[in-house]
Amino acid sequence: MNNLLTISGSPHIHTTDSVRKIMYSVIFAMIPAMLVSVYFFGLDAVRIIGVSVVACVAVEYLIQKYLLKGDVTINDGSAVITGVLLAFNVPANLPTWIIIIGAIFAIAIAKMAFGGLGKNPFNPALVGRVFLLISFPAQMTTWPIPKPLFAKSVTDALTGATPLGLLKDGHLANKTIDQIMSDPAMPDYIQQLVGFQTGSLGEMSAIALLIGAAYMFYKKVITWHIPVSYLLTALLFAAIFWLIDPTYYADPLFHLITGGMILGVFYMATDMVTSPMSAKGQIIFGIGCGLLTMIIRFWGSYPEGVSFAILIMNAFTPLINKSFKPKRFGV
Amino acid sequence: MNQLQNLTKGFFKENPVFVMLLGMCPTLATTTSANNGLGMGLATTFVLVMANIAISLIKNLVPDKVRIPIYIVVVAAFVTVVDLVMAGYAPALHSQLGIFIPLIVVNCIVLGRAEAFASRNNIFSSMIDGLGMGLGFAMALTILGSVRELIGNFSIFGYKFIQSDGILIFILSPGAFIALGFLIALINLITKKA
Repeated sequence: MNNLLTISGSPHIHTTDSVRKIMYSVIFAMIPAMLVSVYFFGLDAVRIIGVSVVACVAVEYLIQKYLLKGDVTINDGSAVITGVLLAFNVPANLPTWIIIIGAIFAIAIAKMAFGGLGKNPFNPALVGRVFLLISFPAQMTTWPIPKPLFAKSVTDALTGATPLGLLKDGHLANKTIDQIMSDPAMPDYIQQLVGFQTGSLGEMSAIALLIGAAYMFYKKVITWHIPVSYLLTALLFAAIFWLIDPTYYADPLFHLITGGMILGVFYMATDMVTSPMSAKGQIIFGIGCGLLTMIIRFWGSYPEGVSFAILIMNAFTPLINKSFKPKRFGV
Repeated sequence: MNQLQNLTKGFFKENPVFVMLLGMCPTLATTTSANNGLGMGLATTFVLVMANIAISLIKNLVPDKVRIPIYIVVVAAFVTVVDLVMAGYAPALHSQLGIFIPLIVVNCIVLGRAEAFASRNNIFSSMIDGLGMGLGFAMALTILGSVRELIGNFSIFGYKFIQSDGILIFILSPGAFIALGFLIALINLITKKA
């Protein structure tokens, strides 16, 4: 906006891409996962997503209009994405006031305090989620058991642990992996792929998330570098430890489709603002994310490490950008 | 500079925490509540005043090359006094502040005032300087502690006004950085306008 002249070497190719167009492609890609969450959690999912999006956009509007007194750019869709992603990262029974606090934190502190879109070092939605997780540990780890929209159910609200939570608790209780996996609360792989498991709104169904990811690839909103290096590293790391001790470590496939792995890999690690610019840098970024995620899952105190891993690697992004500058031609 | 300016400079113009960003370690670590912040601030104030007086007294006797170790020994003596007095009369506060009371010895404000002010000025000015700086530090810590307690626990000086768990992160260390950052931004905004 404040720099209308391109100051790089010719030739220049103009595309029709704009911030707005890219952002709306991402929003479009999140629709399948949104529908799945509404299917499993009903009105609660609508409430969480709605409140989160409205709060994010409203906070951004108020800050831009009254605090910064500058251009209001809520139409670019970035606040909407933050809102949806934040909603995707919380349990469906979260009280409304907590999600509003999370949205305020995500936009006001993680994004606007650094100067707004393009200047935030950390992914705002993830900062919001980690902030809520640390601030409200009880509410953020009470997961409702999904209740499909048209299924008859005897009880109204049941809660249970996530698959990764069961894994962590099982380790603490000195159970072997077979005992943990045969727990009646543990969903099998098909259930996890389709989404019939406990978890945050957006991490329910791996299939719905992959459909959205395929759309983003098709639209060239994301490139393969970060997702592929992230997933491969996590898979390899999990596979090595699974081969070393299959009675203690869960198999790699389990780690791939549980928790926020798919959601984080395709929708949050690939955030253009907070990930490195060059292809090599993106691969380093993905490897770092994958390693950190598995290290936190294996030996950390939290059962899930995706959000922490991505935030930690976000902090390394400027350093990676500096080390992996693309080669200049003709110098 | 008259003595009144000497006293008040520590509050706003040269506030150790908000303007000079000195003594960040106790500032971030001990301000989990308004009480802790105030206790830490007053303990540091005592050490600052006494150390400034003592160092101003001995400034002509201390060889220049070994002045830093000697200042540290002087400061450590007064810190020991505070540590033992607090352990005796305020054991609850003492256990809350823990290691940060002995660590006043290496607080850069104390050594900084000794080096920059007390070793060059007379006893009375040094005492006033120590008092102003110490109270400025105590004020900053109390404000930061109040803000963190207010958001993190919905209470102030231990008086709870909303019966609910607060936004826990503000009691934890990330909250200290966030709260301090925004307080400094606010103070810069006010001083810029004034």
